[in-house]
Amino acid sequence: MSVAQPVSGRLASGGPVIPNFGHGSACVRGDHTFCWDWVQQHWRDTLLPALVQHIELTLIAVGIGFAIAFVLALLTHRIRGFDKPVGVFSALLYTIPSLALFQLLVPFTGITYTTVEVALVAYTLVILYPNIDAGLNGASPEVLEAARGMGLTARQILWRVELPLAVPAIVAGLRIAVVSTISIGTIAAFLLPKGLGYPIFVALQSPTPFKTEIYTAGALAIGLALVCDGLLLLLRRTLAPWTRVA
Amino acid sequence: MIVSGAFTGAFQFIADNPHLLVTKAIEQLELAGAALLLAAVVALPVGIALGHLHRGSTVAVGASIVGRALPSLVLIGVFVTVLGIGFTNNMAALAVLATGPMLTNAFEGIDRVDRDTVDAARGMGMTGMQILRRIELPLSLPLLFTGIRVAAVTVVATAPIAAIAGGGGLGDIIVNQASYRLSGVLGASICVMALSAGVFVALVALQRAVTPRGLRMTMVPEVQRGKE
Repeated sequence: MSVAQPVSGRLASGGPVIPNFGHGSACVRGDHTFCWDWVQQHWRDTLLPALVQHIELTLIAVGIGFAIAFVLALLTHRIRGFDKPVGVFSALLYTIPSLALFQLLVPFTGITYTTVEVALVAYTLVILYPNIDAGLNGASPEVLEAARGMGLTARQILWRVELPLAVPAIVAGLRIAVVSTISIGTIAAFLLPKGLGYPIFVALQSPTPFKTEIYTAGALAIGLALVCDGLLLLLRRTLAPWTRVA
Repeated sequence: MIVSGAFTGAFQFIADNPHLLVTKAIEQLELAGAALLLAAVVALPVGIALGHLHRGSTVAVGASIVGRALPSLVLIGVFVTVLGIGFTNNMAALAVLATGPMLTNAFEGIDRVDRDTVDAARGMGMTGMQILRRIELPLSLPLLFTGIRVAAVTVVATAPIAAIAGGGGLGDIIVNQASYRLSGVLGASICVMALSAGVFVALVALQRAVTPRGLRMTMVPEVQRGKE
C-alpha cells in the first residue's frame, strides 16, 4: 500500500501566484507573520484607496440614515404608540444578515454602489430612529412644564428644550450606527471590490491567505471604528457639556 | 419584470433543492451552535463572577464596545491565518463575536440586582454562593437571556460569511454564484433571512417562557449590537 507523502499547501501551490503577494521580499514570499515592506509598497495602490472608500461608504450611509431617521422622529414625535410597531419591525429587519440583504437587493438595483448603500442605510435607520425617538421623548415632565410655563410654544419646546436634551441619546445612537456600519461595510466586498473588506476578501479566496494583507486591512477597519467612536464622544462633550460620564 | 422573474427563480430554486438547503442550514446551525457554546462556556462564568463581585465593569462593558468594533470578516480572516481554513477558525471567530453581548449582559444582570435584596439575603444568613444561586441568578435571568439571545442572533446571522473560509452553510451557495446562478444565490439568501428571523422569534418566545412571571414587567429591551 503506497501512501503519498503529505505535501503542505504552500509547497504544493508552488510559490507566489497571487497578485497581491507581489514579487516582494523574502518575508512576503514566505508569508511571514507581518511584512512591513508589503504595507509600504501597497499603501498607495491597495490600502489607502480601500480606507478612503470605506470612510465614504460609512459617511454616506450614516448621513442619509441620520437625515431620514431624524425627520421621521420629528414627525412621529407627537404620535403615541408609534414606536412599538416600529420597534418590532426594526428588530426583525436587523436580524436580516447583510450578506443576504445585499443579494436580495441585487434584482432591484443591480450589483451597484446603490445596493450596498440601501442596505447600510436600512441598518442605520434601525439603530438611529429608536435612539432619536427615545431621546426626544426623554425630557422629564417637570422640564416640559417649566418650559410651557415660561411661555414657549410647542415648536420652541421641541427645538430649545427637547432637542438639546436628546443630544446624548442621539450621539449614543450615532456611535452604534457608525461602528456597526464600518463593521457591516466590510461585507460589501462580497458584492463590490470596495472598502476595507475587499483586501481581506481577496486574501481569503487565495489558497494561502496572505497574512499581512488581512492584518493590515483588519487593523485599519478596527482603527477606523475606534477613531470614529472617539470623535463622536468628543462631539457629545461639545454639544452636551453637562454629560461627562461615559 | 426582471425583478419578479428573479424572485420566481429563487423560489423555484428553493422548491427544487429542499435537501441541499436543509443540509446547508443544518451545517450553519451546527457552526453557530458550537460557537455559541464555546462563547457561553467562557463568557457567562466570567460575567457572572465579575457581576457577583461588583468588579471589572470596565472589562465587562468594554467587551461589548470592542466586540462591536470587530468586523466579522476581519475576525474570520485573522483566525484563518492562525487556525487555517475550516470549521475551527470560523467557530473561534464567531465565538469572539458572541462573547461581547453575553459577557456584558451577564455582568450587568448580576451587578444590577437590587442591593437591598442581596443585603436581606445576607442578613438571613445566606452564603455568597447561596446568594448567587438563589437570589442573583434568578433575578438576572432576563438580562442573562437577552445576552444569549443577542449573541445567538448575531452568530446565526454572521455564520453565512464563514463560507468564505470553509465554514459551509447556506453562505456556500451565496458566495458561489458561478455554480448556483442568481436564482440559487437569491434562494439561499431568502433561506438565510428566514433562518435568522426564525431563530430570533424562537428565542424571544423561549425568553418569555423561562422568565419568572414576577419579572416579566421589568424586562428591558437590550441595546442593539452590530452584526454582519
